Amino acid sequence: MAAFALGWLALWELAARAGWISRLFFPPPTTILLTLGRMLVTGNLAPALALTLYRLALGVAIGAGSGALLGWLMGSSRSVRLALDPIVTALHPLPKLAIFPIFLVLLGIGEASKVALVALTAFFPMVINTLAGVQQIDTTHWEAAANYGARGRALLQRIILPGSLPLVLVGLRLAVNGALMVTIAVEMLSAREGLGALIWLAWQTLRTEELYAVLLVIGVLGLASNSLLELTSQRLLPWKGET
Amino acid sequence: MSESALLVNHLAKTYVSPRGTVTALADVSFRVAAGEFVALVGPSGCGKSTLLRLLGGQLAPEQGAIEFPGWPRPPKRRLVFQEHSLFPWMTVLDNVAFGLEMEGVARQERRAQAMAQLTVMGLADFARHYPHELSGGMRQRAAIARAFVTQPDILLMDEPLRALDAQMRLVIQDELLSLWESTRPMVFYITHDIEEALLLADRVLVMSGQPGRIREEIPSPFGRPRDLTGRTHPEIEDLKWHIWTLLEQEVKRLLQVKSK
Ligand SMILES: Nc1ncnc2c1ncn2[C@@H]1O[C@H](COP(=O)(O)OP(=O)(O)OP(=O)(O)O)[C@@H](O)[C@H]1O
Ligand SMILES: [Mg+2]
Repeated sequence: MAAFALGWLALWELAARAGWISRLFFPPPTTILLTLGRMLVTGNLAPALALTLYRLALGVAIGAGSGALLGWLMGSSRSVRLALDPIVTALHPLPKLAIFPIFLVLLGIGEASKVALVALTAFFPMVINTLAGVQQIDTTHWEAAANYGARGRALLQRIILPGSLPLVLVGLRLAVNGALMVTIAVEMLSAREGLGALIWLAWQTLRTEELYAVLLVIGVLGLASNSLLELTSQRLLPWKGET
Repeated sequence: MSESALLVNHLAKTYVSPRGTVTALADVSFRVAAGEFVALVGPSGCGKSTLLRLLGGQLAPEQGAIEFPGWPRPPKRRLVFQEHSLFPWMTVLDNVAFGLEMEGVARQERRAQAMAQLTVMGLADFARHYPHELSGGMRQRAAIARAFVTQPDILLMDEPLRALDAQMRLVIQDELLSLWESTRPMVFYITHDIEEALLLADRVLVMSGQPGRIREEIPSPFGRPRDLTGRTHPEIEDLKWHIWTLLEQEVKRLLQVKSK
């Protein structure tokens, strides 16, 4: 796998240097790496990365947090579920970016509208997976919990939260991935700073090696966040066993 | 029989769902003495689990009544299920302590009690394990421990040994009897196994299905305290045949009902 990737990169390098493919659109990998190094040193990458991470983290915290809360509420109360399920189902498939102009009108062109859109993106996978997580708790476990006297707070803490956790964490992963995508997209659309803005600027000025360098950073960001969540899952779910 | 601690009078239960109505129980009546071990046998679908859930208060009867003259207030009733009823996200110790936790027993105290119960059942070494790390037999013993440690007045068991092999059943049957001898709760024990019913219980209630009723009550020929190692009694073969014939008629009748 690694050998395959390396071979492929070597071929790309060769093809670009030999002029078989356009160097403008496919700069050789070494050039991209050097550009990345230069951007790190000259210092316009780090602040952009920090800003993007800030938007991502804030949006996920707000969106995934409220999504999980609503999911648990819907899972615990039949009437809440019946009331809100149609709304969630109707709004979920809307492409979030298409709503962005409305957020711009409502919240202005500052940070609020961007973070709100990221939050909205993180919100839906979280509600849906959390609700599913509660619903997949075995009837025998509900029955045992009730028979041994669990209700209210105790039922929530000892049964509903831990029982739904595996799917909550799946939801969180989907939420983070979706939110990362939307953060970058929103920055491309309307930000002056951030990784998305860097990409857009690089594209408009045709500095494609910078574009690729930023893409690489985003790829690593995605990889890192997924590994982190995977690790967290294993830590939080020792009862799931090895898979 | 001594004075009745539990009276069941003309109990009836119908399930209504969009796919139709099922009369699970019709006119079930019986009485049970304090500390009695009662087994319940009957063809599949005759309403045994329904009866157990009514006794446990999980379901409300639509007719008839369940009375507990043996207790000043409603007795503590705890269920033991077929399998996979331990909470997979809790350690074995936390599972066994769960009932006590819900009763508000302090952490130290409930852990000590649960640990003592696990020690009695030879599971002390597995206290910190999760259920998926245990064998089926160990899981069922832990589930039985979870029920016993709360010192229930009535223990309701729904085919607790169904998923286990013969060897394991023997071991757990023995364990169950000695646990029961030491605290003497009233027990309802559902099983498909006629021999198991006669070996464990003081009395076997044979049910018929569709709608569910008590067909016959058969006292076990064994005395107390009971030693399961011998396992023979001149009457037992006759009794087994008798119950078998009852159930066979039932099953055939149900098959005819279905094929009409
Ligand atoms: N929740 C339910 N909704 C509708 N019908 C039900 C429900 N639970 C049980 N029944 C029906 O009631 C009847 C009795 O079911 P019950 O589970 O009490 O039988 P059982 O004797 O325990 O059977 P088994 O030996 O197979 O466990 C069956 O016909 C079943 O289909
Ligand atoms: Mg049943």
